[in-house]
Amino acid sequence: MSGKIQLLKVCKGTFGQVRNFHVASVSNGPTKTFSIYRFNPEEPDKKPYMQEYNVDLSSCGPMVLDALIKIKNEIDPTLTFRRSCREGICGSCAMNIGGVNTLACISKIDAGSSKSTKIYPLPHMYVVKDLVPDMNNFYNQYKSIEPWLQRKDDTPKKTGERQQLLQSIDDRAKLDGLYECILCACCSTSCPSYWWNGDKYLGPAVLMQAYRWIIDSRDESTSKRLDKMRDPFSAYRCHTIMNCTRTCPKGLNPGRAIAEIKKLLGGVASKEAPKLQTDALQS
Amino acid sequence: MSSILKLNAGLTKSILKNASQGNVPAGALSRALHIKVDRKNAKVSDNVSKVYPIVDHTYDAVVVGAGGAGLRAAFGLVAEGFKTAVITKLFPTRSHTVAAQGGINAALGNMEDDNWQWHMYDTVKGSDWLGDQDAIHYMTREAPKAVIELENYGMPFSRTTEGKIYQRAFGGQSLKFGKGGQAHRCCCVADRTGHSLLHTLYGQSLRYDCNYFVEYFALDLIMEEGECRGVIALCLEDGSIHRFRSKNTVLATGGYGRAYFSCTSAHTCTGDGTAMVARANLPSQDLEFVQFHPTGIYGAGCLITEGCRGEGGYLINSEGERFMERYAPVAKDLASRDVVSRSMTIEIREGRGCGPEKDHVYLQLHHLPAEQLHQRLPGISETAMIFAGVDVTREPIPVLPTVHYNMGGVPTNYKGQVLTTDAKGEDEIVRGLYACGEASSSSVHGANRLGANSLLDLVVFGRACAHTIADENKPGESIGSISQNAGEASVANLDWCRFANGKVTTADLRLKMQKTMQTHAAVFRTEETLKEGVDLMSGIYKEMEDIKVSDSGLIWNSDLVETLELQNLMLNACQTIVAAENRKESRGAHAREDFKVRLDEFDYSKPLEGQKKKPIAEHWRKHTLTHIDPKTGKVSITYRDVIDETLDEKECSTVPPAIRSY
Ligand SMILES: Cc1cc2nc3c(=O)[nH]c(=O)nc-3n(C[C@H](O)[C@H](O)[C@H](O)COP(=O)(O)OP(=O)(O)OC[C@H]3O[C@@H](n4cnc5c(N)ncnc54)[C@H](O)[C@@H]3O)c2cc1C
Ligand code: SF4
Ligand code: SF4
Ligand code: FES
Repeated sequence: MSGKIQLLKVCKGTFGQVRNFHVASVSNGPTKTFSIYRFNPEEPDKKPYMQEYNVDLSSCGPMVLDALIKIKNEIDPTLTFRRSCREGICGSCAMNIGGVNTLACISKIDAGSSKSTKIYPLPHMYVVKDLVPDMNNFYNQYKSIEPWLQRKDDTPKKTGERQQLLQSIDDRAKLDGLYECILCACCSTSCPSYWWNGDKYLGPAVLMQAYRWIIDSRDESTSKRLDKMRDPFSAYRCHTIMNCTRTCPKGLNPGRAIAEIKKLLGGVASKEAPKLQTDALQS
Repeated sequence: MSSILKLNAGLTKSILKNASQGNVPAGALSRALHIKVDRKNAKVSDNVSKVYPIVDHTYDAVVVGAGGAGLRAAFGLVAEGFKTAVITKLFPTRSHTVAAQGGINAALGNMEDDNWQWHMYDTVKGSDWLGDQDAIHYMTREAPKAVIELENYGMPFSRTTEGKIYQRAFGGQSLKFGKGGQAHRCCCVADRTGHSLLHTLYGQSLRYDCNYFVEYFALDLIMEEGECRGVIALCLEDGSIHRFRSKNTVLATGGYGRAYFSCTSAHTCTGDGTAMVARANLPSQDLEFVQFHPTGIYGAGCLITEGCRGEGGYLINSEGERFMERYAPVAKDLASRDVVSRSMTIEIREGRGCGPEKDHVYLQLHHLPAEQLHQRLPGISETAMIFAGVDVTREPIPVLPTVHYNMGGVPTNYKGQVLTTDAKGEDEIVRGLYACGEASSSSVHGANRLGANSLLDLVVFGRACAHTIADENKPGESIGSISQNAGEASVANLDWCRFANGKVTTADLRLKMQKTMQTHAAVFRTEETLKEGVDLMSGIYKEMEDIKVSDSGLIWNSDLVETLELQNLMLNACQTIVAAENRKESRGAHAREDFKVRLDEFDYSKPLEGQKKKPIAEHWRKHTLTHIDPKTGKVSITYRDVIDETLDEKECSTVPPAIRSY
């Protein structure tokens, strides 16, 4: 039936092109060596080591995550890493690739160089297994900055239903470059201050989120939020080394956000009043 | 630790004799880094006595899943005073809700006069009259409230010059019951709406005392006397097993896009919740309705939001023609998704596809001002560059219809209560079990979901689950007992997988399944392809017995988890393709080439006068309910009536079926 043949034709493109394409036969196309950090907590006597895998690039998608998945699917199913969205939005696959903290799913395989690509978990984190770091401290720090909108009067109005708060386009634009953070921790784990004081210093990712709420024209807890960071560690451990900004795979600038926080803390700058009365629609 | 005991999987029947039902605080077991799993016993692989530590917990409510739906349900429950556990295999902000781009529908009327009844009309029409109108009534009426709530939580919506939430045009949205032209109803945060929504909800949930169990993989429901009394889960960090005994369990585990080869879904969208329900011998509903999004990036599968077309982008074929004008003269590129996906497929089939293989079409944006692209579509500009190497200000993006959303799922009523059917075929509520989000079928989307109605579904029905539980239960109420060996079968299965040493790897079998589904249950379907697909899938299902798992560890064993996920995908895939073969009509996303028309109780293309109403056995305006036997993969089918009555005829009346054109 022609319908079916046509159907298969339409699908063919899908199969032929999709990443993580799998071919059973061995091809002698270009290959790439990945040297990957291995650590298995269930083999306590064995030290962490680097394991090399050769990947046939002619049957592999373009990204490092494609290569990792291909290795896991075809060579070594025990290789362990986090991944989910495969499009750079969930923040699961953060790792250190070729010396840079980044997302495996949006880093292109360096096919041009014959040298192997080294892959490590995010630096200076406890490792649970292979490329899986323990993120709990990072998550707890995120929680500590109270990442939700705070209003003086938070209870529903007696009369009428709740209405949208107003925010001018300019006020909203202040959140651009801040709210897009995916909490991948690439920045924090590239920051020397965070390496040495990760227990007390909040680190760039969390500080940038703190700033995101401080600067939101709708938020009314500015001084409370700032006061929580006046100790010598929370924010002041940043020495403007800017590793964080250089490494952010989403092109954000946490270093700048921290600088802005310091200005607010130092009284050099203050938060502008909202351009529109935020609760104007509230009866 | 008194609450830890050892489960002797596969050996004795009276396991868990000493199961203490105390409540272990979150982290009591799971925290320490290089945790000491009882290695002495756990390591033995060829011995029957494989021992798993078990921890028991008791909660008023357990939510499985922490995407938009799960989070909204969870803090809603805590706000009502319920002691709530949230079990999630991903850290909440990594759930796939994060990837939603386009927006969330609500008739706020910020751009023009709007009315939720018009939104209701569009949704019913979009569903091709398979949606339940009580649920659609509820969702569209609650929509403005739900979106304002999100805004009040701090979600960073894009703004109009007046400082209100910006709303864009989206597919299938009209004014005045289809007669007033395109509506601007889709509230958005540039093209990162899901990301903002998920991060906002997670932030909000941190205000409340939700007990998170992050990177815990739920294995099965604990069912006793037809009632759900909790779930059993695997802690990835140390391989321990946790039983959550709970009066109320909410499933919010998302869709199963990964049953297909090319999809916009994350690797983790494996339909675990629907599979858990199937293993509990409960039905799934309307799984044959799989939405193909018109614009997945050719090759990579990543989504390019419909918002692109909402902002003025359009599709072109190899001749540079804007072909949607031919298929949908009024709505054009903003016709409903099923319509656009079919039109694209026809263009490609008829030889007007683009590229060397003529197997995709182009989405053009570069006629739009660069400033608008930068402001409204920054994320997709980035994604198109990374995954297609395309600069959207200069070149079109190669796109292809790509599996995107599962309209079907766990059947529920509009309150989120899970349904099954009793002996007489009437709806029956499964006590203690609720579902919301993509895992559920409430059924607001019917045969085809409209863009930006899913995020809405998440928050409206997530909240509805919390409300229903609060209305019908009290915090601290006693919970029916669970038998001592509850969950034994799940642990035995886990153990079996862990040491499975057959011939086919999880990855190979998964690929085989995905390719079969992709070819045999595609945009256009025929008896021939579907039949063949059903046979192939039943063979593939059997191959599960011959699976090979290489990692037998307990700590973060992703090989094991992928195998458990594959089992789940299989249950979903088999039910999907059998239901698709069974449905001999075309409706919404289910397009049969051999049964091209929709078969309703009347022929709505003609005057109704003088027509006799067909009995339910002779038409297809009914929900499919599938049961699957997990042992054999055999699927059986029954049906359920579509609910046409709204919640209140005075507030908004039933939208009567009509021919659907855009
Ligand atoms: C690329 C893309 C773009 C989209 N854009 C839009 C849009 O613009 N507008 C719109 O309305 N809709 C959109 N959708 C659809 C919508 O985003 C999804 O339907 C919705 O986000 C699903 O949410 P959820 O809460 O049901 O599930 P998810 O967000 O998928 O979350 C599932 C949760 O369940 C957990 N889980 C799953 N299995 C288990 C298990 N076994 N044990 C423990 N936890 C488990 C996961 O950890 C996760 O937390 C889009 C979808 C995609 C794929
Ligand atoms: S700028 Fe501050 S936060 Fe960023 S890397 Fe340097 S010290 Fe760390
Ligand atoms: S700022 Fe960038 S690097 Fe840091 S967590 Fe956010 S997205 Fe990741
Ligand atoms: S897999 Fe989601 S960011 Fe890489």
